[in-house]
Amino acid sequence: MSTAVNETSAGKEPLIVSFCCNWCSYAGGDLAGTSRMSYPANVKVIRVPCSGRINPMFILRAFQRGADGVLVAGCHPGDCHYSTGNYHGRRRLSAFKRLVEFAGFEPERFEVRWISSSEGDKFAEEMTAMTNKIKALGPNRKMRDARWQKIT
Amino acid sequence: MPRTGVFLCHCGSNIAGTVNIDQTIEASRNFPGVVHVDEYRYLCSEMGQDIIKKAIEDNNLDRVVVGTCSPRMHENTFRKAAAEAGLNPYLLEVANIREHCSWVHKDMEEGTPKAIALLRAAAAKVALNEALEAPKLEVEKRALVIGGGIAGIQAALDIAEAGYPVDIVEREPSIGGRMAQLEKTFPTLDCSACILTPKMVEAAQHPNINLITYAEVEEVNGFVGQFDVKIKQKARYVDPVKCTGCGICWEKCPAKAPSEFEMGLAKRKSIYVPFAQAVPMVPVIDKETCLYFRKGRCQICEKECPPQAIDYEQQDEIIERRYGAIVVATGFDQMDPSIYGEYGYGQHPDILTGLEFERLFNASGPTGGKVVRLSDGKPPKKVVFIQCVGSRDKARGMNYCSKICCMFTAKQAILLKEKLPDAKSYVFYIDVRTAGKGYEEFQRRAAEEYDVAYLRGQVGKIFPEGDHLVVHGVDSLSGKVVDIKADMVVLSAASIARADAPELGRKIGINTDSYNFFNEAHPKLKPVETHTAGIFIAGACQTPKDIPDTVAQASAAAVKAVGLLSKEMLQGEACTAEVDEAECSGCLHCVAVCPYTAIDAKEIEERYGDGTLKRTVAEVNPALCQGCGSCSAICRSGSINQKGFSNEQILAEVDAICLQR
Repeated sequence: MSTAVNETSAGKEPLIVSFCCNWCSYAGGDLAGTSRMSYPANVKVIRVPCSGRINPMFILRAFQRGADGVLVAGCHPGDCHYSTGNYHGRRRLSAFKRLVEFAGFEPERFEVRWISSSEGDKFAEEMTAMTNKIKALGPNRKMRDARWQKIT
Repeated sequence: MPRTGVFLCHCGSNIAGTVNIDQTIEASRNFPGVVHVDEYRYLCSEMGQDIIKKAIEDNNLDRVVVGTCSPRMHENTFRKAAAEAGLNPYLLEVANIREHCSWVHKDMEEGTPKAIALLRAAAAKVALNEALEAPKLEVEKRALVIGGGIAGIQAALDIAEAGYPVDIVEREPSIGGRMAQLEKTFPTLDCSACILTPKMVEAAQHPNINLITYAEVEEVNGFVGQFDVKIKQKARYVDPVKCTGCGICWEKCPAKAPSEFEMGLAKRKSIYVPFAQAVPMVPVIDKETCLYFRKGRCQICEKECPPQAIDYEQQDEIIERRYGAIVVATGFDQMDPSIYGEYGYGQHPDILTGLEFERLFNASGPTGGKVVRLSDGKPPKKVVFIQCVGSRDKARGMNYCSKICCMFTAKQAILLKEKLPDAKSYVFYIDVRTAGKGYEEFQRRAAEEYDVAYLRGQVGKIFPEGDHLVVHGVDSLSGKVVDIKADMVVLSAASIARADAPELGRKIGINTDSYNFFNEAHPKLKPVETHTAGIFIAGACQTPKDIPDTVAQASAAAVKAVGLLSKEMLQGEACTAEVDEAECSGCLHCVAVCPYTAIDAKEIEERYGDGTLKRTVAEVNPALCQGCGSCSAICRSGSINQKGFSNEQILAEVDAICLQR
């Protein structure tokens, strides 16, 4: 395995981890692909069953490991495949965002978006917008754990 | 250490065009646990699948990663192939290299590192995958149809004909629904009762159909194949077995109430059947207006009933039954147009809604089939129809088009001319929308042969003047203000969802759109399915629609239900949640967030010192769990985890992606 540290945080291309729910946003990402709508390769998607599956721990871990931005995407409120998962997700993640801000971290690095399976264009737009925003913010220095990067 | 094989698909040039296959394969070789790598032009092909199968056998692989198109596309294909090679299918992960990488990035410089990152994440995840088994679920071979209108009747008949027993639950004392209220149907002018009542009778007599009328669904539990439903059978106060439907009771009953079937335009008795062709022909006693129930005396119906079928002691009953599939066909309501003060609905007896006006044509309706003004009983000379009352009105009504009004207005105008050749109809409209077989021709006939005047424009005010109603509107095509001295005004009030549709939706676990119509699973490709497996929708409870569309949708829903009932076993969700009882503190936050009531509290006994200790933990019913993972996210102690998407697996993916290279 490569022993290279995350070069993103060292000032190169930013890394954005996106957690997408399987039913809406991940499918929206598929549609963006099928429609050949391009967006920056900085975004890497992790498939989860539902935005309600997202434990804030996952987001913290991404930042700790050097991600510069995290975008959680789920079904529009009211359209959850599991009927209420995104409502719980919305509450949990909005509280989490405040906590992150309170702790002195840039809250802009973490966003939640509702993208349906028919919104391939929105998927591409949101991913592009997030990347541009994170590029402007610069690398995540505050929450990146240098010790972990040494280990790897 | 796992023995993982990584397989990369070129997908022709779809992947290979923007992802350097050789570089990616070489990088994959170095992922932890990877012992075998390979690539092929089309992995989903027979040949491609054989490569994977052979490699599993030859290299003794216990984990597989495929870098291909979206898992939503071919995950099943590859899992099946893995299973054929003797590997548990859940030990395979798909990295989405096509939709999420090669198709959205412009060149290999961008595509290759990302493909490597996605494959690395999949390999990190798959190392933690466990062999899973999807639970097998039995299917109760019986269907429930909620709503006994034309949609429910058609769906029930189709399911019954396919050989499965069906119950129809109908809220009213008779099946028939809205269609039973219609005089004629467009565009053929068939008599509605003449085509509907044979179907009602057929449903009642079908050996596979059981009618549960005057009843409502109280509670639905369970899941596809095994819905446990509680149905409240309201007390009729009439024994349906003894009753012969002779009609003496309602003839003799002295108490009256407005008839729901006649839209309140006529009275019915307190013991009544809603209409003459009711099925079943068994009356109900309306407790609210019955003299005996109100004042304790009367009992005329009991005295007069020849077979002594009246039973004042009858109680509401709960029927509990299990169903494999449910078809929801609860229909629609008509909007109350009195919020439009300018139209004066409710303030003058000659201003009616479309459905009310329809009843005037019916021989058994409030006027005995004579189209007359309700104010003075005289036949009208001029009737003004106003379209889109409540429909297509962003500000005060509904944004949508109610779809049926243009056509039923043309129908009523034609019927009016046939009944009263001297009468003249005027129609104020925004657009005339007549999409449908034979519809446009029908509407043109109304305008050209039946002398119906179509005026494009809106009505600003309706006010009584002497004997007449003055309709003050604008003809926007000529730009002129129009005042019509009308005898009657008919408002095409919007078709709206049933007021209790959201409540019913919550009970059965399906959702509604912003207008409270039930949501289909996909607007184009899954028009009768809902997001809840095993529950289907048909008719105007989904969105306003006419009879042909309703019947077509009902048959479609029936086919879906039959497809489900014909299965011996269903495969449940394998990626369910599981509880680590040793860690669980029994806070039961998970119970609160579970949308499927799949989690319950359980008492366990543990050894503690010399004795035992009882404590509460959470328990997941894997048959109910749909794998959303909400419980895992809310669990404070991390003791409830989701198989297939465990905390550890997701974190491993995060770690692998953040390595970036």
